[in-house]
Amino acid sequence: MLKENTISRRGLFMKMGILFNGLVATALAVPIAGFLLSSITRGRANGYLSWVPLGPVKDFPEGETRLATFRNPFVTPTDGKTVDTACWVRRVEGEQFQVFAINCAHLGCPVRWFPQSGLFMCPCHGGAYYRDGSRASGPPERGLFEYPYKVQDGMITIQAGELPTPGSPTASLLGKQPPCAARNDLAPRNDLISIDGSKLYASSETNALPGEKKPWA
Amino acid sequence: MGLIAQVGQWFDQRLQLAAPIREVTEHPVPRNTASWFYVFGSAALTVFILQLVTGILLALIYVPSASEAWSSLQALNHDVALGWFIRAMHGWGSNFMVAIVLIHMVQVFLFGAYKFPRELTWIIGVFLLLMTLGMAFTGQVLRFDQDAYWGLGIGASIASRVPIAGPMIVKLMLGGPIIAGATLSRFFALHVFVIPGMLIGFVCLHLLMVLKLGINEWPMPGRLVKKTTYVTEYHELTKRNGAPFVPYAVWKDLFFAAFILLAVAACALYFGPFGPTGRPDPTVIQTAPKPDYFFLWLYGLLSYLPPSMETPALLIGPVVAIAGLVLLPFLSGEGEKSWRRRPIAVLTVLLIAVTLGTLTHLAGFTPWSPHMNAWSGDPVPDKFLHGSTALQRQGALVFQAKQCRNCHSIGEGGGQRGPALDSVAVRLTQDQLIRQVIQGGGNMPAYGKNLSPAETTALVAFLESLHPRTQAPARDAARDMVLREGQAKRPDTQP
Repeated sequence: MLKENTISRRGLFMKMGILFNGLVATALAVPIAGFLLSSITRGRANGYLSWVPLGPVKDFPEGETRLATFRNPFVTPTDGKTVDTACWVRRVEGEQFQVFAINCAHLGCPVRWFPQSGLFMCPCHGGAYYRDGSRASGPPERGLFEYPYKVQDGMITIQAGELPTPGSPTASLLGKQPPCAARNDLAPRNDLISIDGSKLYASSETNALPGEKKPWA
Repeated sequence: MGLIAQVGQWFDQRLQLAAPIREVTEHPVPRNTASWFYVFGSAALTVFILQLVTGILLALIYVPSASEAWSSLQALNHDVALGWFIRAMHGWGSNFMVAIVLIHMVQVFLFGAYKFPRELTWIIGVFLLLMTLGMAFTGQVLRFDQDAYWGLGIGASIASRVPIAGPMIVKLMLGGPIIAGATLSRFFALHVFVIPGMLIGFVCLHLLMVLKLGINEWPMPGRLVKKTTYVTEYHELTKRNGAPFVPYAVWKDLFFAAFILLAVAACALYFGPFGPTGRPDPTVIQTAPKPDYFFLWLYGLLSYLPPSMETPALLIGPVVAIAGLVLLPFLSGEGEKSWRRRPIAVLTVLLIAVTLGTLTHLAGFTPWSPHMNAWSGDPVPDKFLHGSTALQRQGALVFQAKQCRNCHSIGEGGGQRGPALDSVAVRLTQDQLIRQVIQGGGNMPAYGKNLSPAETTALVAFLESLHPRTQAPARDAARDMVLREGQAKRPDTQP
């Protein structure tokens, strides 16, 4: 009266056949998943990031911010123009640079530099950033993404290769602390004197996000 | 027996399809469902078939490669005979399909057709809507131009905000670390194989269920759905008072389907194909990317959400919306069907329609975006400079040169990101103007580091002159008093 006895020979073969197919499917799923996830796994081995040159330092005058382009280090044969990327290079002084990603920290649209007002403006949702990349206004939650750079033999090189997005690990390593944070001078500025003679404050406290404490609030 | 009948019989003996087809076409439907309100489902199917046909035609020329796609679209537009028309039909077909699917959904919702026993038909319908939107988005990517390129960046930026898995999702979506050849290839696979395959399967299932369960009867106020009695009641409706679907109801479907196809063709002929806009070259940054029509509302929403709410809204919002749609038939699977007695249902539809409509309308002229060329392109209108002093004119120059104009309008031109400044002097006193210019705030950047004292003085002098003739500029009464006192005491004060 055991239950096993009720299984017929054909029934057993069918179950074994299903089991066999299941095993084969599992075995085949490994290479399929490996193929599908290759774009992630390759990046984990850090194969995407490399140092790429932007040009000689003398091309970037001190105190100015200029557009530079570079070719992405990771290229496939069908990429066309998409591997050419733009970035904003700000030469603060000497060999001190800031290299900003072209992508707005909000949703990745290309930001444009306006030297007259010292602002980066985004055409999509109106994000604005100061010359040092810190957030000025609009929907972005943070400052512009920055590439790590080094100056070697008169050439400026940056570490690039990944689309900077708000959540990417490279982005969170770089530029999370706005570079201006250290230079915030809350002291009154001598060059700003209002009409009635009182000193005015110009600090990046004005960059505070809504909800953060503002000194004059 | 005629030759045609003989051939027909020969085939049917082997295919055995005549009987099931007759059963499908002649199945009885409630008489009052032969209505113009019931034509949207078949219209959606018609446009879907149009999309399949035009899509295959486009695939004859289109090259899914990041280096060639844009040129192949140009060839379709300009070199291939009638290529522009097929592209236009496919583009307009996609707009029509999203619209008809949405109208169909609203009709089904308002007529209570999602209630017992058609819950699963509704849920599959929700998946069909998501797939239709997926086709619209992937199709926009295949039109591999500037908008597609930066649109992908926006998609990646949204996906990257998923906690922990975000960066992996981005790489999976882009097929690599950046938007490039692999990205277009996988969106091509999605648009041409994966989603259409699933769509065909789900459409068949959806149709099968409509046939098996019967078309929803015209809802009568007061006739409530009860799980215990509904099936018998419906059978009585169809058996006693029903009529065969063909030809009783089908003629309206046929007319509407033909009308929609004509409308698509008319739009294609008159408006032509969509794009492609500029070449997908990321080094060309003089671009203001914009999504296609059906994602404009999202574009608007993303600029109005406060920064702190954006990520939660983007990640939780769609989950809640989809869960709500899927759970709807389980939350109200019985009861009143008629929209006349479901005021909350009607208000919900109206609220959603007004919200989406408003956001879409706003996205049409993007008041949140700075006008990148306003500072160099839109001069300050003469009337604001009549009788102005030299200092004020200097201020007007500062106003233009410092790109204030990109966000603030004066007269007709300029951005709408910040308030219009035509009468700003009425709202803000001199001190307030100085503080606002230098410290910013209220979503305005601080200009303190970019304006010399002389420029600030000139700019504020110009802004103070911006008030209607009949209205005096705002002034700080307390400050006036202090200044007057100070003037009176001046001889005694130390320098």
